[in-house]
Amino acid sequence: MDAFKQFVNNISSPQVLVTLAIIFFFVYLKFVRFFTRTPVFLAMLGLFLAFCGVSLTDEHFRSVVTMPDNVPIVGMIFLIIFFTWLSLRKAVDNDIRMERGEPTFEASESKDKLYTWPHLVYIELLCMIIATIVLVVWAIYLKAPLEAPANPTVSPNPSKAPWYFLGLQEMLVYFDPWIAGVLLPSMIIIGLMAIPYIDRNPKGSGYFSFKERKWIITGFLFGFLILWIFLIILGTFLRGPNWNFFGPYEFWDVHKVVPLVNVNLSELIWVKWLGAGLPKFFLQREIFGLVMLALYFGVMPLVLAKTVFRKLYMEMGMIRYSLFIIFLLVLIALPVKMYLRWMFNLKYIVAVPEYFFNI
Amino acid sequence: MSEEQKPPTTPTPPPPAPAPTSLPVQPTMTRRKFLSWFALGWIAFSAAMAGFLTSIVRFLFPNVLFEPPMTFKAGLPSEYQVGKVDERFKIKYGVWIVRSADGIFALSTVCTHLGCTPNWLDAEKKFKCPCHGSGFRMSGINFEGPAPRPLERFKIELADDGQVLIDKSKSFHQEKGEWSDPLSILKV
Repeated sequence: MDAFKQFVNNISSPQVLVTLAIIFFFVYLKFVRFFTRTPVFLAMLGLFLAFCGVSLTDEHFRSVVTMPDNVPIVGMIFLIIFFTWLSLRKAVDNDIRMERGEPTFEASESKDKLYTWPHLVYIELLCMIIATIVLVVWAIYLKAPLEAPANPTVSPNPSKAPWYFLGLQEMLVYFDPWIAGVLLPSMIIIGLMAIPYIDRNPKGSGYFSFKERKWIITGFLFGFLILWIFLIILGTFLRGPNWNFFGPYEFWDVHKVVPLVNVNLSELIWVKWLGAGLPKFFLQREIFGLVMLALYFGVMPLVLAKTVFRKLYMEMGMIRYSLFIIFLLVLIALPVKMYLRWMFNLKYIVAVPEYFFNI
Repeated sequence: MSEEQKPPTTPTPPPPAPAPTSLPVQPTMTRRKFLSWFALGWIAFSAAMAGFLTSIVRFLFPNVLFEPPMTFKAGLPSEYQVGKVDERFKIKYGVWIVRSADGIFALSTVCTHLGCTPNWLDAEKKFKCPCHGSGFRMSGINFEGPAPRPLERFKIELADDGQVLIDKSKSFHQEKGEWSDPLSILKV
């Protein structure tokens, strides 16, 4: 048992866990027909519950998971697991029906229309009453963790954002506050609003299907499950004092020393590789980072339009393709920057602290 | 005018049963009169809004400010030991006073990443921010985590009575090359 805990603690670092999550995500979607079968789902859920149950005997795991702040995220994990499975399960069912030439489940169910009142409103009323009761009972039995009056010179250690912003806080570890706190959240919101204009494929409208919408579903779930939900889970359960990363069975030691020395791309190239000093003028100093950015956001879309996305580019046209590719590249830039940090200790690709411009 | 004089001489019967919605418009409001009332209304409205805004802006400047002064004295230079970070003024003034081999300097306690207050970890000899893990050396130089620039230093000099005088209204940024300024460090 101790050997298992030691092993889990040892592999618990953001790079290992995010890599494992990405591999699991793509394997799951590759073999989605196998994984969404009810017995397989129940077996995996049972394994996960057994893992949680055994882990609860560990005092450090228990203290983090049962913290009043963190209880909603425990609930969220199970809700996300259930609803992701349910929707993919329905999609796979329809895929199999369509392969046999049968109508989808939604089409065969009923063609009749129902009135909102009373059919929907009754359900909504019930949901409202149940949610109210749950919240009242929850509020009575789990006290809200109020702390001392705010003091600007004292930051709690660790200082955690509200749970729904912990994904953002995790992004802030890898980016300048302007990028992770303003630009990326705005692009998430605008990108979500732009989806119906970028993706005008009528397939999958009104019924579940995975096969017909493979890439768009994979892309959306990657952004939602890996880059948002998984980062929230990491930030909630595994980030401890001084925003260090702790294993699930590890004591939250304020004095844990983790080597996190970071260097900018300019320092890496000019000082380490070329053996020269940093140039004084910032444009000359950051030239390599600026060229990399130009290649990534300027040249890459053109190359992709000629190769991988050739057909897509023809269908979408110039403007819609540009929008699509910018949002896609920004989405991919987040894990890319995280891996660059983990592999090369890279802090900023372009670092101009003189003008608060760091990428 | 001639038309107004006409009715008394030749009385005509009133139009049969005028509908209540279409009463004859009385020419009490001329264009000129309307415009002057219109202007008066806008002037009154603007004046009210201006007064309202003034009171809001006034609200931003409280009568009494319970903030510590920007300038304060921090004891004699001999009180500080080389290689120690003095945290006495952190809570009240938001300043760490560091005595290095070169001299004494005052560091701001605001993290340059997103503005949290780092903690001084004496065992590790570094300032560590609890929000995103930025780390700073005793000199204030950023070396780990996402902080893009070093902690700011405040103006420091000797007062007439020989005490260390710190002025928070003037800060020195390392990335702008301001730490070479003689006022950013007190040579002892």
